[in-house]
Amino acid sequence: MGKDTLLTDRVFKSVGTRPMRPDGIDKVTGRARYGADHNMSGQLHGSILRSPHAHASIKSIDTSKAEKLKGVKAIVTAKDFKTKGITDPGLLDIIDNCMAGKKVFYDGHAVAAVAAVDAKTAKAALKLIKVEYKLLKHVTDVDEAVKPKAPVINNKCFTKGVDPTPGKASNVAKRSEFGHGNVAEGFEAADVVIERNFKTGQSHQGYIEPHACVASIGPDGAGELWVCTQGHFVFRQQCAEILGLDEAKLKVTSSEIGGGFGGKTHLWVEPVALALSQKANRPVKLVMSREDVFRASGPTSATSIDIKMGVTKDGVITAAEAELRYTSGPYAGSWATLGAMTAFACYDLKNVKTVGLEVLVNRPKTTAYRAPSAPMAAFAVESMIDELADRIGMKAIDMRIQNAAKEGTKSSYGPVYGPIGIGPTLDAAKNHPHMSAPLGPNQGRGMACGFWFNFGGQSCTDLNISSDGTATITVGTIDVGGARASLALVVAEELGIPYEQVKAVIADTGSLGYNEMTDGSRGTFASSMSAIQSCRMAIADMRQRAATLWEIDVDEVVWENGQAWAGGESNSNHPPLSIADLAKSAEKTGGPIAGHAQIVADGAGVSFATHICDIEVDPETGQTRVVRYTVIQDAGKAVHPTYVEGQFQGGAAQGIGWALNEEYIYGEDGRLQNPGFLDYRIPVCSDLPMIDTQILEIPNPNHPYGIRGVGETSIVPPLAAIGNAVSNATQVRMTHVPMSPPRILAAIHAQAASDDSSDD
Amino acid sequence: MNKVFLWGGLRPAAGGAEFVEIEALTIRELLRKLAELHPKLETLIDSEVAVSINGTIYQDDWSKNIPADAEIYLLPRIEGG
Repeated sequence: MGKDTLLTDRVFKSVGTRPMRPDGIDKVTGRARYGADHNMSGQLHGSILRSPHAHASIKSIDTSKAEKLKGVKAIVTAKDFKTKGITDPGLLDIIDNCMAGKKVFYDGHAVAAVAAVDAKTAKAALKLIKVEYKLLKHVTDVDEAVKPKAPVINNKCFTKGVDPTPGKASNVAKRSEFGHGNVAEGFEAADVVIERNFKTGQSHQGYIEPHACVASIGPDGAGELWVCTQGHFVFRQQCAEILGLDEAKLKVTSSEIGGGFGGKTHLWVEPVALALSQKANRPVKLVMSREDVFRASGPTSATSIDIKMGVTKDGVITAAEAELRYTSGPYAGSWATLGAMTAFACYDLKNVKTVGLEVLVNRPKTTAYRAPSAPMAAFAVESMIDELADRIGMKAIDMRIQNAAKEGTKSSYGPVYGPIGIGPTLDAAKNHPHMSAPLGPNQGRGMACGFWFNFGGQSCTDLNISSDGTATITVGTIDVGGARASLALVVAEELGIPYEQVKAVIADTGSLGYNEMTDGSRGTFASSMSAIQSCRMAIADMRQRAATLWEIDVDEVVWENGQAWAGGESNSNHPPLSIADLAKSAEKTGGPIAGHAQIVADGAGVSFATHICDIEVDPETGQTRVVRYTVIQDAGKAVHPTYVEGQFQGGAAQGIGWALNEEYIYGEDGRLQNPGFLDYRIPVCSDLPMIDTQILEIPNPNHPYGIRGVGETSIVPPLAAIGNAVSNATQVRMTHVPMSPPRILAAIHAQAASDDSSDD
Repeated sequence: MNKVFLWGGLRPAAGGAEFVEIEALTIRELLRKLAELHPKLETLIDSEVAVSINGTIYQDDWSKNIPADAEIYLLPRIEGG
């Protein structure tokens, strides 16, 4: 079992309460402004022409007719993006993805863009642009792409991570390997060994708000970008480099964000809008349609995973091995690497080996999606755990508990764990009433564990005390899941004032130092660490001011409950000074009261979750119904428990959709067949039960309040938990996500046919 | 002297070594000496490496001190969603 970490003895007043979110009223009344809600004087309408082909060389692009159309103010193609001097291969890929260079790599790849006076003119102009293509063979399936005779997407792609580097180009961009021990010896020691292949379809983050921006660059090279993003500082840095602008002269303002889940960590249309604005010398608004979002913004990887695990009859896993093949679109990524790192991270294994292969295919560029790459790996591993337990006649939860990683375990990706929470989540699952609740006809129960790293990174915050003693905390991390409420709670806690007296504000890039994106579950973890330091700086300043007013030494001033207190008997005649008191006299004691911090918030601490679910399967149609679902996860200290629960529920809901229905479907021609929410079906409220949650608070020793990120881990277990539940309901092992009704029905029929032939 | 373990993807650039021994007080010193020892690692260190010290992963901060006898792993940088 995991060793429990002692709970912090700090007693919180504000942190851990559930006040109303500060952005709630704006969001339910429509006052909140999202990406498409902003307008600039004289703005033009931007539109993008996209490839109808999965793979083709661009022989020529003729824009002459479109340029002559009345109302067209600018047209850009790849020629307008200067790549000379840019050496970062990642940035070169971004440019090529935003505007195709010599080839189009997928259905939906941008080839030209227009800025016109209105949408109708822009649409007409796109029709006048003539693109001559030479069609090339394409490949969209991950296993087809690694075959020796597969069409090679990039003839300069020589597999990295192998020695010597291959002399022949292929679609395997990179190989990575992790593990320890000797898996061959481990399998020899096993009583039961199972090998299987698991596949997962490509899913999209499915955020409700499409990508949108308004860009404006003046003739002096100074510009503005209003955009829905998870990281406006990163967008500024990359856009400035792509457009050849001075970074400080490009002000990027983040709008409210209608979901991102990793998909808004990458540039898609923003450099195009800026280039059009630069050329037209007018602001340009560019909003992606839902179809464009599906065809040309980043989904997660499609995967194929070969896995082998061995176990003794007593339930000890003796060896585990997997090769994980992940699609990364037409550009190299590190998605299989993350899958290979996370796959077996929940378990204490003496012999383990994982190999990740990044596979290029003619699909859109793969992007991060909430704990990227971990859910697919967990689907394979956690399905195998259930099957192995079944084969040796052991309860799956007991086998998980027996093999769970704990403090001191050498992780499957290398380092030895410190205090971790997998054991407590399993204990909680075993004792949860859900585990022993009766099941109805055609229902099955499944469970699964999940792991994610979390990280921190660069953060910068300002704290300003107003003249009435209220406080503004200014941060540079986008609020995607209630961070403003959490940060206001942290500041209220640190200063000792009510939550209602704190306002959390997201600054534009001109108003604060660099902040990394809101990804990796870092928003509240990293910004709160910086906010606490900002508060402590301001408190030190206020203690000094109180000392000045009282004419005593600063060492005699104590800060407690949001007030300065004069210590010592000789000073007992001084009544305490509140922040409001000190703010009133600020002019006389040194000017505005403020605090500031800039930090690299490392030490985020890894995160674990265990999920339980009940699924009902109609054996005649394969249709499924989620009957009950429970999420148990370690949150460190839950700052605002309602939002922590919301993150748990949101991750589970997305995972349920991915497990049961969501999938990119490509035709023989390599074109996406379902680029819309009618044919790409995400779960709606009526598809889901109330998702129950249990928060475990195992403090992160690297954060002053013990906070961990909570935004991603909850999407890791659902694919496997549902797979195990469906398998238990149907007595057929499910190995292919999504487990859509036709796929379940086919599996049931195949099993029945196999049973019949065995009987014969 | 610290044993610095390399994940599988780095080993080809370090002559196949599973680990190297380096004496360093900070992450900065560690990575500099590693690049001097194995120049092929330099570009990977700049863009793709995170450092785990006793199980805590540092993606960015080169100023971190390395305790004596610390367990050090070089890992790929993590991307999040």
